This record gives sequence, structure tokens and C-alpha cells, in this order.
Amino acid sequence: MKHTLVALVENQPGVLQRVANLFSRRGFNIESLTVGHTETDKISRMTIVVDGATTQVEQVIKQLYKLIDVIRVSDVSEDRTVDRELALIKIHCASASNRLEISNLADVFRGRVVDVATDAVIVEVTGTDDKIDSILGMLRPYGIKEMVRTGMISMVRGAQITARGSEARMLEAAG
Amino acid sequence: MQRLTGAQILCESLIKEGVDTIFGMPGGAIIPLYDTLFQYPFRHILCRHEQGASHMADGYARITGNVGVCLGTSGPGATNLVTGIATAMMDSVPMVAITGQVPTYMIGKDAFQETDTTGITMPITKHNYLVMDVKDLARVIKEAFHIARTGRPGPVLIDIPKDVTTNTAIYEYPTKVNLPGFKPKMQGHSKQIRQAARMIEQAKKPLIIAGHGIILSGAYSELRAFAEKTQVPVLTTLLGISGFPETHPLYLGWPGMHGMYYANMAISHTDCLIAVGMRMDDRVTGRLNAFAPHAQIIHIDIDPAELGKNVRTAVPIVGDAKNVLEALLEEVKPGHHPEWMQTLSQWRIEHPSLALPEKAETMSSPWIVRELYHATEGKAVLVTDVGQAQMWAAQHYFFERPNTHITSGGLGPMGYALPAAIGVQLGKPEEEVWCVTGDGGFQMTLEELSVLAEEKLPVKIALFNNSYLGMVRQWQQLFYDRRYSGVKMWNPDFVKLGEAYSIPTIRVSQVDGVRAAFEWARAIEGPAMIEFVVDAEENVFPMVPPGASLQETIESADDVAPKMQQVAVAAGSDKGGV
Ligand SMILES: Cc1cc2nc3c(=O)[nH]c(=O)nc-3n(C[C@H](O)[C@H](O)[C@H](O)COP(=O)(O)OP(=O)(O)OC[C@H]3O[C@@H](n4cnc5c(N)ncnc54)[C@H](O)[C@@H]3O)c2cc1C
Ligand SMILES: Cc1ncc(C[n+]2csc(CCOP(=O)(O)OP(=O)(O)O)c2C)c(N)n1
Ligand SMILES: [Mg+2]
Repeated sequence: MKHTLVALVENQPGVLQRVANLFSRRGFNIESLTVGHTETDKISRMTIVVDGATTQVEQVIKQLYKLIDVIRVSDVSEDRTVDRELALIKIHCASASNRLEISNLADVFRGRVVDVATDAVIVEVTGTDDKIDSILGMLRPYGIKEMVRTGMISMVRGAQITARGSEARMLEAAG
Repeated sequence: MQRLTGAQILCESLIKEGVDTIFGMPGGAIIPLYDTLFQYPFRHILCRHEQGASHMADGYARITGNVGVCLGTSGPGATNLVTGIATAMMDSVPMVAITGQVPTYMIGKDAFQETDTTGITMPITKHNYLVMDVKDLARVIKEAFHIARTGRPGPVLIDIPKDVTTNTAIYEYPTKVNLPGFKPKMQGHSKQIRQAARMIEQAKKPLIIAGHGIILSGAYSELRAFAEKTQVPVLTTLLGISGFPETHPLYLGWPGMHGMYYANMAISHTDCLIAVGMRMDDRVTGRLNAFAPHAQIIHIDIDPAELGKNVRTAVPIVGDAKNVLEALLEEVKPGHHPEWMQTLSQWRIEHPSLALPEKAETMSSPWIVRELYHATEGKAVLVTDVGQAQMWAAQHYFFERPNTHITSGGLGPMGYALPAAIGVQLGKPEEEVWCVTGDGGFQMTLEELSVLAEEKLPVKIALFNNSYLGMVRQWQQLFYDRRYSGVKMWNPDFVKLGEAYSIPTIRVSQVDGVRAAFEWARAIEGPAMIEFVVDAEENVFPMVPPGASLQETIESADDVAPKMQQVAVAAGSDKGGV
């Protein structure tokens, strides 16, 4: 099973290196990792997706906690969350009819064409990774020239704050 | 509030942290710092190689419980510190390593003696800092010492560019740290403590295994009281040795690769294993899927990540060993387990493991260690290197007093003992300190003999010369059909070597000379060295062959062939490492 971990970290130089180092050194496999700013100054948020089948998720969380710059870690896999990823897809497209088809396809996925040239278009789409996989499947026959995905970000639905306090997490880890 | 240079801020802050001794060597990037250091009342010990400084700080920290401080210049100074920092990381030793760095405006330009020191040491420090602004320096030092000594101890490195040491800032040492991501949990959870107590009360064959955490937490009397109240026998790990008095009737030795047969059997038969302040290292557990197969495991550790990392745990308790044992002691009812004790003493009689003749016929290393034990009445502090001599010292010296066995377990770098012994002696000048080392390991850091002579430290060196990298030779003999590849050593004349350093040195090649040699060394006020020319091909037993389970402990070379066949079937061919 895929696990989505949300980590709040101090926005210090080297913090990404520390996290990346930890994963490679302990043999944990990362499926995706994103970092960005948060509502609080000096705190960044990482969303890390790991495969529970190849990596002991509880160890990942405990090891992340040992990094001094990591403030909170939360496994939100069991929570009701909004999950989003952004993809930019450049497609080979020389004819007007193809352009129209691609634009319609993008509409179906609530994406949009953000750049048009004589022989290529760029489609932007956001959604869960499933949704992005699907649109990629549909666009592939046209010839994908280039593609980039941001990796997933997650937020727990409702009033609950996504990354719970470290105290609660430690107690849980202890049994 | 005054304006001070970075170097002055560093010195003022070190004094605030209670630092009195610093181990290091100067160089270009830290000349300004050394210039300032000169004007402060620190005892500076000039190592002859920065690896030496790092192990000295380590020995100093282990014996005093305070943070050890070492210092090196940028580039090669920093890389030479790496082995000692990694040693401290593996064995949870509180240390602050300070390195010089090229000036901030030259960082990233491949400047002379520039290395990415924080990058190199990231995986071998608990935390590290590159200080780019002198205004941050006081806060960073405060945090570094706090992190190094709080919770599970470990090394913290501070990398300081040259211009940061000369720039000035208003100096005010912070009184508090603000580290939201670092809040170690000290008290055990009461529900888990109750659960553990009930489990212990119901157990028929309970067993304690106490690790280095007992020593780090200073939980000696709590451990003893707890064992006595519950009448549960006690094992220690190699690093737990001297956390519990070895002549206590409940003491059962130490388990693992070179542990006692009965200790390994006890783990293999216990129904309730109480592990305190130990991290289930593979040298202790043997093959994991056969470790403590009948036991429910109660695991107490200050680091939550150790619980469930290697072995399944029935009751995990996060907390400081002293606090948790105190709480458990209060909660648990007195116990006694006559049948289990009977079984254990039967194993001890049938498989004594540590039995030695009254008098050896040849220069047998274990016997020489036992003589050292008699000569010092078990009261010395032993600082041991890595290899066969290390194992024999741990086996055949019986440690009575808390924290008198100092060794590197997790990293096991040859060359640890001499510099660490220097740190130990400086930390506890009144103690009788013995450095127990092999001929191989000794040659890795023997340059620190200069420090011994210069500082007139009364460290005594017992050098076990078998002209082999003995521990590796043993593996080659037992598991590689005696193909002795790269283990035979030509050695210098160690007596002349000692004399060259003005250290009284004698050579002992006959059993009859052993006792007298110890008396000779003990009577000398300053340092002294004894070279024991020992039996070249003696082996350390018992031994759990690599890849084997604790049940498969072998007790002599004749045991190897039949046992190894079973092991090969059970474990494939992975032989692990020395
Ligand atoms: C050649 C060689 C052979 C070896 N053979 C053996 C062998 O046969 N048997 C053996 O036992 N070892 C052996 N070792 C040593 C082994 O490799 C490990 O270093 C050792 O077993 C680790 O012991 P430990 O877990 O007690 O200590 P450490 O590795 O220092 O771990 C300490 C543990 O205590 C915890 N802790 C720290 N502070 C506290 C506190 N205040 N309260 C509670 N917990 C705390 C830490 O989080 C950590 O989990 C050998 C080493 C060498 C070099
Ligand atoms: C720096 C380093 N290199 C290599 C090893 C591997 N190793 C472990 S024990 C040993 C032999 C040690 O020989 P010596 O110091 O003579 O001690 P003996 O085993 O002979 O008592 C070696 C090479 C090590 N532990 N550390
Ligand atoms: Mg040797």
C-alpha cells in the first residue's frame, strides 16, 4: 500500500539533503517528494509518498523524527484527504483537428491547453495521481514529447490539521 | 553586552558549557581561533592526528559523562576527525566537534583546504551546523551542546568559516534553546509500565539484558534494585559491561558473537526478555529469526526508533532507563524463579565458557588478561581496542565498578584505544587506566604516544603482540580453510619504539614474567608499556559463527565443521564482516 506522509520541517539550509540522505542511507524507497512553503514563516512542508510493501513506514516516521529540523510527521494514508498533483504535458500536434481533440480531452479532465504552437501544445492538468495517469494514457497516442509532474501534495479534509502534534505521534509509536 | 569576535564568542560559550579540556590541532582556517584560545584557561591537548583528537574527546566524554570537545582545521583536519565522529555516533557518545572552514566568500569555489564538511558528516552526526553569520554563533553553540547531551547522546559538528571567527557581534549567551523538533521523552508511559510489570510477574524464565543506555543514564542502582527485587538474572551487552557488577550472583555475563554459552542459551530459552538501553545489534542477536524465540520482549529505550527496528516487541517503552526502571521497580511485585536459576547454573557448570587454568603453560592472551584482573584487583579502568584482545579483555576481566569498561562497539575502529585512554585518564586523573590493544590496532594511532609522554599521563599499555590481525586470522582459520590472506604482520621493535617516545617499555615472552610485568608497570608513576609476545594462533571462544543463531554457539575449533554445516543450510552463505 502507498503511504502519504506529511512532514513539517524547519526551513533551514540542508533540510532537504538531510531527508534525502536518510532515505537513501536506510534503503527507504521514495515514490515522490515535494517541498513547499506553508502558512507559517520558516516552516516548510514535505509530502512524501512511500510504498509500504518495500519500506517499513513506521521506521521511516521514527527516523524522520530523529532529524532535529523535522517538527512533525503524520501518516495521512488512512485519513480523508484532498490529494493533488500538477502535470505539464507537451504533445506533438501538427493538425487543427488534433488540437481540437486534445483541447476537448483536457476539458474532460478539467485541464487546459496553456500553450499552442504550430506543431505542439502544452496541457496543464491537476488532480490525483490516478487522474493524471488516465489523461496521460489518453494523450499518449498523439505522441508525448515532454512531461513533468510535481509529485503529490495532500491535506486532510475538514477542520482537522493535517500534521498532528509530535507528542501524540510519539505515544502512538510507543504502543 | 559586549562586542566580541567569533573566536571570543566561541571561547566564552565553551566556558559557559563547562568545557575545560579541548583536543585538537591548528591549521590555516582556525589560526584566529587558536590565537584566541591561547588567551583562555582551557587545557588544550595537541593531538598528533585529528583521529586521535576525536577518540580522546570520546574517551573523555564516556568516562565523565560530559560532552567531549575536539577541534580541527578545514579540509584534512575535518576529514581526519571523521572516524572518531562516526564512532561516537554509533555508540551514542556526547561530543561536539568544531571545524574550521574557508571564509564564507570562498565557499563553493574549491578553495584551498575546502571540503563540504557538513555534507560529509551529515549521516554520522546527530546534527550539524555551518555557521555563515557570526550573529548565529552563540545560539548554535548552545543548541549543539544541548543536542549532544540530551536524550540519546551523540556527536554534533559545528563548521565555522574563518571570517566568522574574526567578525564581531554583540555577545549574549542564550539561556534557553528553541528546538520544536527536538523534545526527547524521558518518562515511560504508565500504561506500558503496568503492562510490563504484569508480564514480568507472570514469567517463569525472565531475563534482563542491559545495554550502554544504563551507563549513559546512570541507572546502576535502579537496575540493581530492580533485578534484586524481581530476582531476574542480568546480561549486559558488550557496551553494557560495567553497568552491573560482574560478581553479583544475578550476573550472567554477556551474549552474542563472543558472549558466554550460557548467556546465549538464556536468551534462547527465556519467556520474557527485558531489554533496557540496548539497540539489538546483530552482534548481540545472531540470526534474527531465531533470536529469543520463546520470549515476549519488553524493550525500554530513549530512542523510539530502536523499538521494533530489528526485533518484534510486546511492550515498547520510550523513556530514560533510570526513570523507567524506577517506575517499574515501584510497580512490580517481588519475584523468584528457583527452577530457572537452577537451569542457568547447570549450563554454567556444563559449559563454563570462561574457565582458565590457574597457571598457563604458554603465553595465552585470555590468561594474561585474567592476571591483569588479579594484579589490579578488578579496580582498573580498561580501555580496549578492536579485535581478539578486545574480546578477551571483555571476557576475562571482571568489572566491578560502574563505567570501568570503555570500548568502541558499533563502529569498532582499530586505533581507538590509545587516544581514548588518554581522554579517559584526563577525565579521571585518579583512576588506574589500562589501554589493552593488539599489535595491529596499536599501530594505527601510536603517534599519540607523544601526547602520553608530553602530558605525563600514567596510562599503562598492555600490547598483545601476536604478529597477526588476529581477529581476521581467526575467521580465515575457521571459515576460510586457513587461507591467511593479508593478516601476517612484520612489526617494529616495540620496546625501542616505546623508548623513542621516552615511555618505559618491556617485553614479556614467558608466562613467568607476566605477573611481575604488571607489578613493574603499576609501580611506575607515569606511562608504561608492556609488550606481551603472545601465542600467535589462539582463538576467541565461544563464538557464534556469522549468520548463525545464538543456539549454534561453538565452544572450540573442533565444533566448527559440524555447526557450520547446519548454519550454511539455515542462512545461505552470507558470512557478514569482521
Ligand atoms: C569485534 C567486535 C565483536 C563484538 N561482539 C559482540 C558480542 O559478542 N556481544 C555484544 O553484546 N556486542 C558485541 N560487539 C558490540 C556490538 O557491535 C554493539 O556495539 C553493542 O552490542 C551495542 O551495545 P548497546 O546496544 O548496549 O549500546 P549502544 O549501541 O551504545 O546503544 C545504546 C542504546 O541505549 C539507548 N539509550 C541511550 N541513552 C539512554 C537512556 N538514557 N535511557 C535509555 N536508553 C538509552 C540508545 O538509544 C541505544 O538504543 C562487538 C563489537 C566488536 C567490534
Ligand atoms: C580501521 C579498521 N580497519 C580494519 C578493521 C577490521 N579488523 C577488525 S579486528 C582486526 C584485526 C586487529 O588486529 P590486532 O589489532 O592485532 O588485534 P588482534 O585481533 O590480533 O588481537 C581487523 C583488521 C577494523 N576493525 N578497523
Ligand atoms: Mg594482533
